[in-house]
Amino acid sequence: MEKFTTIQTTAVPLNMEDVDTDQIIPARFLKATTREGFGDNLFRDWRYNNDNSLKEDFVLNNSVYSGKILVVGKNFGCGSSREHAAWAIHYYGFKVVVSSFFADIFKNNALNNGLLPVVVSPEFSQKLFSEIEKNPQTEIKVDLEKQEIEILTTQEKESFDINPYKKTCMINGYDDIDFLLSLKDKVEEFELSH
Amino acid sequence: MATTLFDKIWDAHVVQAIENGPQVIYIDKHFIHEVTTPQAFAGLDKRGIKVCRPKQTIATADHNVPTKDQNLPIKEKLSRHQVDTLIENCKNHGVELYGLGHPFQGIVHVIGPELGITQPGITIVCGDSHTSTHGAFGAIAFGIGTSEVEQVLATQCILQTKPKKMRITVDGVLGKGVTSKDIILYIISKISTSGGTGYFVEYAGSAIQSLSMEARMTICNMSIEMGARGGIIAPDETTFAYLKGREFSPTDFDAVVEKWKTLKTDEEAIFDKEYTFDAADIEPMITYGTNPAMGIKISDTVPANDDAGLEKALQYMDFQKGQSLKGKEIDYVFLGSCTNSRMEDFRQFCSLVKGKQKAPNVTVWVVPGSKQVEQQAIAEGLDIILKEAGMELREPGCSACLGMNEDKIPAGKYCVSTSNRNFEGRQGQGARTLLASPLMAAAAAITGKITDVRELM
Repeated sequence: MEKFTTIQTTAVPLNMEDVDTDQIIPARFLKATTREGFGDNLFRDWRYNNDNSLKEDFVLNNSVYSGKILVVGKNFGCGSSREHAAWAIHYYGFKVVVSSFFADIFKNNALNNGLLPVVVSPEFSQKLFSEIEKNPQTEIKVDLEKQEIEILTTQEKESFDINPYKKTCMINGYDDIDFLLSLKDKVEEFELSH
Repeated sequence: MATTLFDKIWDAHVVQAIENGPQVIYIDKHFIHEVTTPQAFAGLDKRGIKVCRPKQTIATADHNVPTKDQNLPIKEKLSRHQVDTLIENCKNHGVELYGLGHPFQGIVHVIGPELGITQPGITIVCGDSHTSTHGAFGAIAFGIGTSEVEQVLATQCILQTKPKKMRITVDGVLGKGVTSKDIILYIISKISTSGGTGYFVEYAGSAIQSLSMEARMTICNMSIEMGARGGIIAPDETTFAYLKGREFSPTDFDAVVEKWKTLKTDEEAIFDKEYTFDAADIEPMITYGTNPAMGIKISDTVPANDDAGLEKALQYMDFQKGQSLKGKEIDYVFLGSCTNSRMEDFRQFCSLVKGKQKAPNVTVWVVPGSKQVEQQAIAEGLDIILKEAGMELREPGCSACLGMNEDKIPAGKYCVSTSNRNFEGRQGQGARTLLASPLMAAAAAITGKITDVRELM
């Protein structure tokens, strides 16, 4: 897994609630046997018309917005457990997703892939949307060490929670399997009494 | 201390707790399928390790399979490759595969229970959000991502933060034409698509206890549609009777049942959140929008509140605020999916269809959840009833639930579907899904319109 410490970049605002993983990556693109290539089909049916031309009004196709942070509405990533949703966002080039509320499985999937899900208050989420929409050049800084997100133009900050174990994993690029494999004896001991 | 059923099972599976972190949970049964496992097996191969407990791992092919001519090679190249990759991975790692052609093949959440692999008190995971289905047996079962599939394949354990606990009690007697599908669509419409996020839900109350195992599975199946990690129902005599004599049920059955009988929430146990509903308030339900919480009683009208999400959904569905859905012409009916593709669903559907004809404007796909359901349906003559009604019994798979295999609903068409998700494009690009019970689906198939099934009963 890639390491993550801090990032400072502009952001893309997707101001919609209840975005499900079928929108993030439709099922017809889940047929691959590797993790790569899903970025091309991120939000496929919102990004492209049937003839593969771009849907101009979709935010990812709006050239004024760019950056490695995706700011999204409440209950992002609900629905299917497909990790392909996290892969698609990650391989498209985002390093951070910010929301006031994530669906559980999506959040775990993101953390397992070095894509940092940052949970902010609904008020801070609104500030992010309005600042980015007002000025698409607005830079956002996310500092995982300090657990802090800042809108640099206004210097408004908020701290965010992350499980300390997951924080260590993200900062060092560890994944869970290395840790679980180290517990082999303990698991065998558990099985004897289970 | 008084504890919940969920606590009892969870706590009995903690291998290690990490300070300020998640817990290491032991997994008793791991179901796998072709879509969410290739990258996990590739991860094992890269590390040079094998599946840790192959005998606790059960594989089937369901998402990608065609529901016609399963004896022939899968036509679509990528689907075939994914199914072939599963066959190869299972062979290399010594995992039993109930693939195409096997008498146990079927949708992963249908075959686990019908084979007696799903049992009270155990932990179950699968790379599929509808793993919550198995909670109907008093098991802790939840969906996971592919990295987590790899964790479980490698170590038989998973790192999870213990969810909060919610209890949803439904008391009273269900009205005519009201099924467990209506109960869960009703609950989701009240709690919202995110109301259960962060929780594990126990369903309780006299209306839940009165349900068959198949009906209970439909309820637990859709727990994820309100965001919950899973749903669970305390095992009882209905559970034990269902499990008796199944392929993989315990051989010392009576002794095991005595243990299963202890699996219930203590009276004094406290939940983080509780909801109570009255069964008498539930009617046959139908969804009008693009998430499962956008559902109404069939006698109600589409909400008319000022909401951007609602407006976007209605634009996609081409419905109006305040509109009644009754009488709206539809194009497709789909009976199937891990929510409603079991024998009871088939019997209910056929009870209404028997001796009638499908409406000429409707295409009806009837897709069994497993090879065993298919065989039983034929043994009971349901294939004849369907044929005489102009409908076709197909072969088992996820089919038109998710727009991944050949069975897709065309753009702009309306489908009354017994599946679990009405998201934009879920059943095919541009498809418009109306979630409902098998009875409501049968009513729509016969009349060609959205119909209150009670008018036909």
